[in-house]
Amino acid sequence: MSKAAPRNTARVLAGPPPSAGTESLKDHRARLGPMPQVRHQEDAVALLEASGLLGRGGAGFPVGKKWRSVAGHASGNAVVVVNGAESEPASSKDRTLMVARPQLILDGAQLAATAVGADEIVVYVGVEHTRARAAMAHAIAERASERSARRPTPIHLVEAPLGYVAGEASAAVHYINARDARPTNKPPRISEVGVRGRPTLVQNVESLAHAALIARHGAEWFRSAGQGQTRGTAVITVSGSVTRPGVREIDLGTTIAEVAAYAGGAREGLQAVLLGGYFGAWSDLAETWDMPLDPVAMRARNLSFGSGVVSFLPADACGVSATARIMAFMAGESAKQCGPCLYGLRAIADATQRLAIGGGRYDDLVRLERWSGQIAGRGACGLPDGAVAFFQSALRVFSAEFRLHQAARRCSHPRAWAGVA
Amino acid sequence: MAHVITIDRIRCDGYGMCAELLPEMIELDDWGYPILRAGPIPHQLVSHARRAVDVCPVLALRLRTAVPANARS
Ligand SMILES: Cc1cc2nc3c(=O)[nH]c(=O)nc-3n(C[C@H](O)[C@H](O)[C@H](O)COP(=O)(O)O)c2cc1C
Ligand code: SF4
Ligand code: SF4
Repeated sequence: MSKAAPRNTARVLAGPPPSAGTESLKDHRARLGPMPQVRHQEDAVALLEASGLLGRGGAGFPVGKKWRSVAGHASGNAVVVVNGAESEPASSKDRTLMVARPQLILDGAQLAATAVGADEIVVYVGVEHTRARAAMAHAIAERASERSARRPTPIHLVEAPLGYVAGEASAAVHYINARDARPTNKPPRISEVGVRGRPTLVQNVESLAHAALIARHGAEWFRSAGQGQTRGTAVITVSGSVTRPGVREIDLGTTIAEVAAYAGGAREGLQAVLLGGYFGAWSDLAETWDMPLDPVAMRARNLSFGSGVVSFLPADACGVSATARIMAFMAGESAKQCGPCLYGLRAIADATQRLAIGGGRYDDLVRLERWSGQIAGRGACGLPDGAVAFFQSALRVFSAEFRLHQAARRCSHPRAWAGVA
Repeated sequence: MAHVITIDRIRCDGYGMCAELLPEMIELDDWGYPILRAGPIPHQLVSHARRAVDVCPVLALRLRTAVPANARS
C-alpha cells in the first residue's frame, strides 16, 4: 500500500544510535560544536519564531510565541522548567531523548533561559524513567564541573511523581513549589506566576532539543525538513501491530502508511490507529492510511498530533475493549479535585467496561453520548477534555461495534487488544 | 457592560444551589455539578446571577464583567 520510501531525516537523533547509550558532553561538543552564544533575548525569541517550531509535549503551541510571552512578564528572574515527565503511557520518545541526548536538551534549556530572561533551570523528570533521570543528572553534573568564562544558569533536577496529570504544566509548577502534583486554577497563568511566584516557561524536552539545533543551524535549516504545512522533524513512538515498534524520527508530513512501513510494516490486518496518545483520538485506517502526520493538517480533521503517538490496532481486536481500558486508566488518573472530571470520567469508564464485557444497560450508549458531550471545559486542567475527546473518537470510529455491544451484548472480535503499553 | 459567570471547578462541591437560583443559565449534570450556558448573562438576569454567586456555600462562583482569557500553557 505504501508508495514512496519512508522519509526520515535524523536531526535530534542524528549521531550515534540511542542504543549506544548517553552521549557525553565531550562527544556532544565534538559532534555538534559549541552552542553559539546568543547574547540578546530578542535574537533568541525571533529565531524560534522564525523556525515555526511547535511544542512537542502535546498541545502543539508555537515555541517562539510562548518564549515571547514569558519574556514579556520577566525581568531576568524567570524560571525554565524542562518537562521530561513523559506521563503518557503510549509514549517513550522523551525518555529515549533524555537517555541518548541529555546535553542537546540542556543546550536548548540554556537558550530558552536566555530568551525568557531566566536565572534558574529545573529539569523535571518522571520518577519511573530511571535511566533518563540518571542521564540527565549526569549531564547536569558534567556541566557543573566545567570551567567556563560565562557563569551558566544553575540547573536543578526534580523527580516528577507518578501520574498522568503530573506532567501538566501547572501541576509541574505546583509540585516544584509545594510537592503537590495537582493542577492549579488558571488564572494565574504560570507564564506570569509560576515557580516560587516567578514567570515560568514549561517546555517539553524534545522541543528544547530542536531549539538547540535551530540555534546552531538556523531557522531556514529547520524548515528545510518536512513534507507538509508544518516544517521540521518529530520524534514519534510507534506501537501496536507493527513488526518493529519503537521510537523514530520522521519528517513532519510523513504519511501513516509510511510510518507503518518505517516500523517494519503491519504484522497483521489493521483497522484503526490511535494518534496523539491517550489524549488523542482513534482514527479509521480506511480514512487515514494516506494522511500526513502534520499537526496543521490533522487539526483540520479534528485529530491531534499530540505527543507523537502512533499505535496500530489490528483488524481482529475489539475497539470497545481497547477504549474501555484506556478510559479506565484516564478515570483513575483524575486528580479528583473537580466533580465533572472525578465522577464523569469514572461513569464513562464504568459504562464502557460494562458494554465491553457484554453487560451493558439498555441505555448505556445513550448516556455515554450525553456524558461525553458535557464534560469538556469543566475541569481545572485539560485531562477531562482530552479524555472525552478521545472517547468521542471511539464512538465515531467503532460506532458499529459499540451498537453491537449494546444491542446484542456481544463482541464481534475474537480477542481483546493489548497493543498499547 | 456584559456580565459572565465563572466557576472555580476545584472549589465547587456540587451542592447545586446555584442552579436553583439561576436555572436559565445553569443546569446540573447527573452528579449535581453545574453546567454553565455559554455567553454573557442577559441583562434581566444579572441580579439573579448575583444572588446565585452569593448563595454558593464554598464561594466557587464569580460574576465578572469581561471574558477572562482562558489560555492554557
Ligand atoms: C494531563 C496532561 C498531562 C501532560 N503531561 C505532559 C508530559 O508528561 N510531558 C510534557 O512535556 N507535557 C505534558 N503536558 C503538556 C504540558 O502541560 C505543557 O503544555 C508542555 O509541557 C509544554 O511544552 P511544549 O510547549 O514544548 O509542548 C500534559 C498536559 C496535560 C493536560
Ligand atoms: S480536571 Fe481532573 S485531573 Fe484536572 S485538576 Fe480537575 S480533577 Fe484534577
Ligand atoms: S452552588 Fe457552588 S458548590 Fe454548589 S454547585 Fe453551584 S458552584 Fe458548585
